[in-house]
Amino acid sequence: MMKQKEANPREPIFHIVKRDAIVWWKAWLIRAAAIVAALLVSAVLTVFLTGENPLDVFSSLIDGAIGTSRRFWFLIQNTAMLLCVALAVTPAFKMKFWNIGAEGQALIGGMATAACMIQLGDKLPYGVLLPLMFIASVLAGSIWALIPALFKAKWNTNETLFTLMMNYIAIQIVSFFASEWAVPKGSGKIGVINGDTQAGWLPVIGNQKYLLSVITVAVITVIMYIYLKYSKQGYEISVVGESQNTARYVGISVKKVIIRTMIISGAICGIAGFLLVAGADHTITRDTVAGRGFTAIMVSWLAKFNPLYMVLTSLLIVFLERGAVQISTSCGLNDSFSEIITGIIIFFIIGCEFFLNYSIKFRDKEADKQ
Amino acid sequence: MAEKTAIELRNITKTFGEVVANKDISLTVNRGEILSVLGENGSGKTTLMNILSGIYFPDHGQIFIDGEEVVIRSPKDAFKYKIGMIHQHFKLVDVFSATENIVLGLKEKGRYNIKDAAKRVKEISERYGFEIDPFKRIHEMSVSEKQTVEIIKVLYRGADILILDEPTAVLTPQETQKLFAVLRRMKEDGKAIIIITHKLHEVLSLSDRVAVLRKGEYVGTVITSQTNESSLTEMMVGAKISLNIERSEPVNTEDRLTVKNLNCVNREGVKILNDISFTARSGEILGIAGIAGSGQRELLESIAGLQKVDEGEILYNNPKTGLQDNLRDKTPMQIRELGVRLSFVPEDRLGMGLVGNMDIIDNMMLRSYKKGKSVFLERKAPKDLAEHIIADLEVVTPGATTPVRRLSGGNVQKVLVGREIAASPTVLMAAYPVRGLDINSSYTIYNLLNAQKKKGVAVIFVGEDLDVLIELCDRIMVIGSGSVTGIVDGKTATKEEIGLLMTKSVKSGRGEDAV
Repeated sequence: MMKQKEANPREPIFHIVKRDAIVWWKAWLIRAAAIVAALLVSAVLTVFLTGENPLDVFSSLIDGAIGTSRRFWFLIQNTAMLLCVALAVTPAFKMKFWNIGAEGQALIGGMATAACMIQLGDKLPYGVLLPLMFIASVLAGSIWALIPALFKAKWNTNETLFTLMMNYIAIQIVSFFASEWAVPKGSGKIGVINGDTQAGWLPVIGNQKYLLSVITVAVITVIMYIYLKYSKQGYEISVVGESQNTARYVGISVKKVIIRTMIISGAICGIAGFLLVAGADHTITRDTVAGRGFTAIMVSWLAKFNPLYMVLTSLLIVFLERGAVQISTSCGLNDSFSEIITGIIIFFIIGCEFFLNYSIKFRDKEADKQ
Repeated sequence: MAEKTAIELRNITKTFGEVVANKDISLTVNRGEILSVLGENGSGKTTLMNILSGIYFPDHGQIFIDGEEVVIRSPKDAFKYKIGMIHQHFKLVDVFSATENIVLGLKEKGRYNIKDAAKRVKEISERYGFEIDPFKRIHEMSVSEKQTVEIIKVLYRGADILILDEPTAVLTPQETQKLFAVLRRMKEDGKAIIIITHKLHEVLSLSDRVAVLRKGEYVGTVITSQTNESSLTEMMVGAKISLNIERSEPVNTEDRLTVKNLNCVNREGVKILNDISFTARSGEILGIAGIAGSGQRELLESIAGLQKVDEGEILYNNPKTGLQDNLRDKTPMQIRELGVRLSFVPEDRLGMGLVGNMDIIDNMMLRSYKKGKSVFLERKAPKDLAEHIIADLEVVTPGATTPVRRLSGGNVQKVLVGREIAASPTVLMAAYPVRGLDINSSYTIYNLLNAQKKKGVAVIFVGEDLDVLIELCDRIMVIGSGSVTGIVDGKTATKEEIGLLMTKSVKSGRGEDAV
């Protein structure tokens, strides 16, 4: 026995084994456990760092997200907007085209909307203006996405850097026009566009300012789900993403698929920009998209590129964000603290993916078996 | 000669998660002996040797060297016990010379002196009969020369227990004979040699004893002189199987595909195909032999429309219309639209022929998803096809919705070949279709190819095992560095003849052009 021990000095205490497949309830159990663990860690940290009662902190988190009807609708609208951008990046990511330019694509779409509102607001009837704004945003977003796609298809440029750079160009363009069209001149801010006439504002239905935006995104979600799963183009995206060699082998034109998919990706970003400007802000600043172009990547990955799951992941992230803002005001903690809690929770949720794919085996257990 | 045990393995067990790679394996190797470790893919040969060379650590079991128990925790420990492993994939620095590669990483006392090192390299090679230029750079070397460098590298470090992992897989028959001569000389010098292989005739001609593994378990060791191919196969597979490949006489052959003066360069601008001309006939299997990387892949890919052709013609005689179509510069889609039923089983199964993460049904669709005007996919026919292939070819899978990457190599290949045959091709090209497959799966594939031949399909088969090529093919075209070096009749060809053609070099291009 002693000898055996000596012969195996390097045998680790546990080792990691890849799971073949996991039953659905186990997967959800692990995810739930991750959230509980995240809350526990944040609670301990809260007490340790601030001395606040962790339950208070959590209750203000929930209060901040859904405490009032206004907050609730704000949560829903924010979720819808994040989801919209996430839906946009999903086909590109599924194709392994790392489009991190959704921020710029959405912003330039919003810029197109704002431009139409400012320049044509008093010249065109509402029924013409609104569709025109929509089309302009879709076009602007697609063109912003098409440029890196063309370069990728033609010269195999690195799409990550290219799309990232396009973000900065979009931001600077918005900055430029913000001072060009500033009201009052020199303030550097456009302010509320057509505040008096409400020309180009998205119509309010059911007495809810955001309802139309939410419905639009819901429709896009369903369409995207069907497109990716049941359409021939969606199938081509999967094949190109999995293996470009296989795509070539069966005669799929990789270039064509890249360009087509990026146009779709950019178009949906354009819609997001349109909804943000015409449906919510009624103005444009360089922060209109507010980092959603990047957060959307996380939403999409977390949901494993499934548009229906993305509803949940975007809701979770927005819920945490909204709640965190409330924590910092009601508990008198500074902004960073709420970010820390958000970070912990997301870390645990992403981390639990590991346990979904791998299981851990301990040495003693195995020895017992034998 | 007194038999002295060099290595003894006792009850070695190694598991990777659920998979038991080695289970209770015990074997011995004597000094002055060549031991073959024989087994099919996945039988645990390489795992066992990696344990010996310190790459893996066993879960259980003991290793004795010269009668003393040792712990081999790392390749460094293995060197300490004078164990040297020659891997299947070479680990050499391309821009360094042979000697520089050999001394790389050695911590010798005194000043680094490349001339002395080269002298020692020379000594070693003369002693065992290697042919090597110590100052030649790796990138200028042939595969067999690179292997020689790898072997000298371990000898230089003083190894007297050598492990060779499938050393002949990349060699021509002549090079293999040379290697065997060297190994025999080392054996006489008292070294213990372990050679991993699955080629039976090599086992019989080279080794003194054969240890057989099957599915991670040790089946037994036999003395080579007291055994034969069929009993070794039986030990390896666990059942008696016939090792004969049927070859029917081709009937009603007609020219189906004619390739004329095909030339192409690869992405680096290196000429990879040089004036290739041949004809593939219906109802016939045309074998293609050659050292790996001689242009086989580029040839098939240019016919399939995947490789840009610089010069030449690829003519297809359409049996339906009687017309001749030129397939050159056409994409796979355009070739299909012409009504050319060309099926292709590429070398890289999961990287080209199939999508690993997709299930069997979605992989069936790869060729046919475009059918019909609808923008939506039609999954009914692919599902039927998938179930049909699973049943007909006895694919072992939990179901049609299992991702193909979860299947074993043989089953992956059955799915791929099954799909390509289902398209009822007139030309079927298969590149290394049995690579990595166990004996039973290999014979399933041979039978499928033969069945296609009988149906009147022009089959093009790129193979690496010359014995199989000679048994299966009606004609064998040999290519060497991108040129056709000969086309021989499968019924009369010998391995030696093909081997010579494989290394024969053809003066580049048409002679007149050079003037």
